[in-house]
Amino acid sequence: MDFQIIVDSMPRLIEGFWLTIELSAIALMIGFVAAVPLAIMRLSSNPFMWMPVYGFIYFFRGTPLLVQIFLIYYGSGQFRLYLDDVGLWSLFREAYFCGLLTITLNTAAYTAEIFRGGIQGVAHGEVEAARSCGMSGWLLYRRIILPKALRLALPAYSNEVVFLFQSTSLVSIITLLDLTGVARIVVARSFAVYEIYITAGLMYLVVTYLFLGVFRQVEHRLSGHLRERPDARVTGTKPDIKVPDMEPGLQVR
Amino acid sequence: MLIDLQGYGWMLWQGLGVTLAVGVCSFVITICLGLIGAWGKLSGNPVAHAVAATYTTVIRGVPELLLLLIIFYGTPTLVQNIGSSYGYDFIIDFNPFIAGVWTLGFIYGAFATEVFRGAVLAVPVGQMEAARSVGMSHLLAFRRILLPQVWRFALPGLGNVWLVLTKATALVSVIQLDELMRMAFIGVGATKLPFSFYFCAALMYLGITFVSMQGQQRLESWANRGVRRA
Repeated sequence: MDFQIIVDSMPRLIEGFWLTIELSAIALMIGFVAAVPLAIMRLSSNPFMWMPVYGFIYFFRGTPLLVQIFLIYYGSGQFRLYLDDVGLWSLFREAYFCGLLTITLNTAAYTAEIFRGGIQGVAHGEVEAARSCGMSGWLLYRRIILPKALRLALPAYSNEVVFLFQSTSLVSIITLLDLTGVARIVVARSFAVYEIYITAGLMYLVVTYLFLGVFRQVEHRLSGHLRERPDARVTGTKPDIKVPDMEPGLQVR
Repeated sequence: MLIDLQGYGWMLWQGLGVTLAVGVCSFVITICLGLIGAWGKLSGNPVAHAVAATYTTVIRGVPELLLLLIIFYGTPTLVQNIGSSYGYDFIIDFNPFIAGVWTLGFIYGAFATEVFRGAVLAVPVGQMEAARSVGMSHLLAFRRILLPQVWRFALPGLGNVWLVLTKATALVSVIQLDELMRMAFIGVGATKLPFSFYFCAALMYLGITFVSMQGQQRLESWANRGVRRA
């Protein structure tokens, strides 16, 4: 092991690491915002609504991300003349734009499917109760269905966040200098294969488990009303109405 | 031949064959490693547990592409360095097919470990106790009682691992194996039709996904034929 090379290339690795974080954050934000209407459209009974979304989700979930990246980055070259005409070629020429566009579309498709499951998981009774109170359409979604659905989808969504974060490493294949991309360049110049790759791997590992830890905390906080109260567990009887004043994070799972 | 692409369509079909071969071979390794890993995680042996836990933690925390690069480029260098420090100079060249198969099998073995672990835990403890109490040995009870049921509980998870694995075979093109993605890449170089080639490759992957999902449904309904449904 040559530790000097790790220290020397650290600044560049961190630079690449920021690009990885940046790509993940932007893609996740746009993907999340796009996924909610997509999931609602997917559940619509109108075939003009659900069929295109179904096709979109099926395509992006059924093909490798690498193919999608190549299809947009290299494939756009086949339509260069048309793209030039509408002034989009300057965008599609950039690896950054193509990489970001692809992973955004990819995560939008996966997230939409996760949210679909969440929306379908909302108890019928709650929706009926809201309808009987006169809520409908957007109000019903905003107040009852979406908050409950997002809560139900949280465990699956945290997985998607981690998978997306890791799959941004594929943009290094189209010359972007994210963490994996920088590592590959450093390795190509220094031949310090395992030092650099293992360092990069550890950086991914730490962030992955940091994400998972945060999500677990959030889940724990949001499920406070579903856990037994501490005094109920000890006495085995129904507790008083008064809820013990405890920090939710400290309660027993 | 449906896909012609200026006479280069056959290359894609050839690549599809290699992709399927890589997928099936690495899936066999995945299942074996998954069973061993699940045994490690569930056995009382602290060393086996620690090894299995480290394996699944590390593999699931690092991107597949990076793992592929580490294993494909890192392992020969490591072995050569160790060799040269003892005075042996040699050069190891990994065959990309074997390296790709082993790497993918090794990566998805970690996911299969979790699938099998969950499936074993889904079998009621009383059944194994009952088997032991009528005099079956550990191995016999495992073969007769546990394995047939684990299979059924593990099928949905394994199907998922297979779907993810076949898509991950595209990454093996990075280490110059002539599978579907690399064949498409070569075809693009000759014809300058990137969209057509990659779109056809995408359709082929979709075909694999579609057929696999159908097959999985059949298998599941076959495995659950003795189970009463509400």
